[in-house]
Amino acid sequence: MVVGEAKLNFPGPPARPGGAPDFSLIEVPEPGVLPVPPLDIDAEASEPFAKGMIRVLDDAGNAVGPWADGMGSLDPAHCVQGLIDMLRMRIIDQRLLNAQRQGKSSFYLQCTGEEAIGCAFQRQLSPGDMNFPTYRQQSLLIAADYPLAALMGQIYANDCDPTEGRQLPTMHSSRDYGFFSISGNLGTQYVQAVGWAMANALSRNGQIAAGWIGDGATASNDFHSALLTASVYQPPVILNIVNNQWAISTCTAIAAGASRTYAERARGYGVPALRVDGNDYLAVAAVSRWAVERTRSGLGPVAIEWFTYRTAAHSTSDDPNAYRPRDEAAMWPLGDPVERLKAHLIGRGIWSEQQHAQKQAELFDEIVTTQKEVEQHGTFVNPRPFSPAKIFEGVYAHLPDHLRRQRQEMGY
Amino acid sequence: MPTMTMIEAIRDALDVKLADDPGVVVFGEDVGFFGGVFRCTAGLQKTHGIERVFDTPINESAIVGLGVGMAAQGMKPCVEIQFADYMYPGFDQISQEAARLRHRSNQQFTCPLVIRMPTGGGIYGGQTHSQSPEALFTHVAGLKVVVPSNPYDAKGLLIAAIEDPDPVIFLEPKRIYNGPFYGHSAGEAAGWSSRPEAQVPEGRYTVEIGKAAIRRPGSAITILAYGTMVFIAEEAVRQTGIDAEIIDLRSLLPLDHAAIVQSVEKTGRCVVIHEATRTSGFGAELAAEVQEACFWHLKAPIQRITGWDAPYPLAAEWDYFPSPQRLGRALIRAMED
Repeated sequence: MVVGEAKLNFPGPPARPGGAPDFSLIEVPEPGVLPVPPLDIDAEASEPFAKGMIRVLDDAGNAVGPWADGMGSLDPAHCVQGLIDMLRMRIIDQRLLNAQRQGKSSFYLQCTGEEAIGCAFQRQLSPGDMNFPTYRQQSLLIAADYPLAALMGQIYANDCDPTEGRQLPTMHSSRDYGFFSISGNLGTQYVQAVGWAMANALSRNGQIAAGWIGDGATASNDFHSALLTASVYQPPVILNIVNNQWAISTCTAIAAGASRTYAERARGYGVPALRVDGNDYLAVAAVSRWAVERTRSGLGPVAIEWFTYRTAAHSTSDDPNAYRPRDEAAMWPLGDPVERLKAHLIGRGIWSEQQHAQKQAELFDEIVTTQKEVEQHGTFVNPRPFSPAKIFEGVYAHLPDHLRRQRQEMGY
Repeated sequence: MPTMTMIEAIRDALDVKLADDPGVVVFGEDVGFFGGVFRCTAGLQKTHGIERVFDTPINESAIVGLGVGMAAQGMKPCVEIQFADYMYPGFDQISQEAARLRHRSNQQFTCPLVIRMPTGGGIYGGQTHSQSPEALFTHVAGLKVVVPSNPYDAKGLLIAAIEDPDPVIFLEPKRIYNGPFYGHSAGEAAGWSSRPEAQVPEGRYTVEIGKAAIRRPGSAITILAYGTMVFIAEEAVRQTGIDAEIIDLRSLLPLDHAAIVQSVEKTGRCVVIHEATRTSGFGAELAAEVQEACFWHLKAPIQRITGWDAPYPLAAEWDYFPSPQRLGRALIRAMED
């Protein structure tokens, strides 16, 4: 036995600003290798799926392997819809980022590079199912066909905002579109998704819930609480982990420690877990469909690690060039979800560069038109505020006397 | 009408609501098969089934977090935190999630969740089984906070809490679970059967959240108390012979402002008593409310009798726990001013 000195480990990313991006430690398995497991797979048998990575699209844009042809996700209309959803998402992100830069909102947060995950997942859900998203899952709303005016109104905190200016931009809430009110406190909603799913099972309503958490917030106690209680009570919940490599400036190794994958961590709780190429729309769609079917069939929870990269800054308050190489995103080995699906569709002859450019222009016009209309209702630089007395509405179902007195003291 | 202890009254309230409303579920550590370490849920799993009354892992943030999710989806969870001292891991879920959900979602989602927890000292529990964290909850907008002091109120307030559309923190003064406590630490405990408040009607009834009760009408001075301190106040009045009006607040948030003002305007004097530490304790809020509303009626400074600003002790418990003697001295001082 070699005897040495105790020495602490302080994990860091492979490269910092000024250095060359280095993803050599990331293993990218060949697409099409992993089979489609039986719906009732248990945690033990899910080991290869938690350690490996389910991928469908190869580098040439071909859909390969059992996940490609087994889940019906190659339907042309479905694929084109996916591309349009992602394009729409990307343009909206860009427009709202610009609006923040112009001072029209106080804050924005993009999901660039991660569009495939929310867009493909949402299209597999049914009305009544509920997501418990983080603030980077606005793509769920896009693929749920959430009204754009409501989404933008929330950013501008004007009267198009269904939550009437109560929350930081991007903290959306829509019961009708299966999008639980975002807290902004990381992790807390992961275990609430389990509770919601338990209520689904107790009331036998056939609905499922989906929890969402980032790789950084897997460090929170709520990650443990959610995985443990999902394992104990076996409710119909899908526990999604979006591993985008960065938690503001903190690299994923600080949350992962010496563990290999987050899916493996979930599997340690006795929850079957899979790891998926999150930049591969077809893989996301196929695995989501499989997970939804499993969960709705009463076969218990499942955890999915979506492996991706946060291309944009954490938020408009963040500058990633201060902590990672400027060109790291361009070197991400799993590519860009929009480009990959586009190449696939063109390769199949059901899409073309011309159609792509035309669709992009159409979406741009539609989004800009709506944006201009919504901005007429007020922006951060040109506010048309709600009555401040609104802050007293909904603290409780019925306004108690002490709040009535405070509202009067405020002058209303 | 049957006589009940507070434990039996709480169990009865849960039993009534479990039978009444299929959305009510009860869970927490040891609450299922065993029926809770204080026996408040004994027999409920057998009566109502394991889907309605069940055990959880030792994880307060999970207990509350599951409750938030279930409540938002339309159920009526009534969860137990084994001791109030254990609630801290769940405080994030209580203060940032349960309390805010209705407001931040503009009423798309709500959280009709009840969180029961035994509170207070006097049971030789040391620092982790004796705390009174009520002021941490009353500082959170969106919560309701109630503290019953007897079996009748415990049942009526708990049913009201379960039927309430918003999250309610239900603090159970554990020292008086089995009988009133008059501060005689060495003497034998009195049972509830000696008290009229132990007469508990069968079936459903409610005690309105937000309404205080006058436990003893008086004209000389107002004592504001809740939980176990109501009985300490009774004993101090017996020992001093001062004609004090004892107000049992029952609900700290919302607070029965009118009842407090009415009494202090009548008596012109006020003493506040609670077990919790003094600095930034709920007594500070009460004293501020009273001086704002009743300043020109006051004939003496408002005094606070509280636990000391030190961790709750084991060996020195009876020097820490507010005694009838300490309260009595405050009453005498107030009458001399």
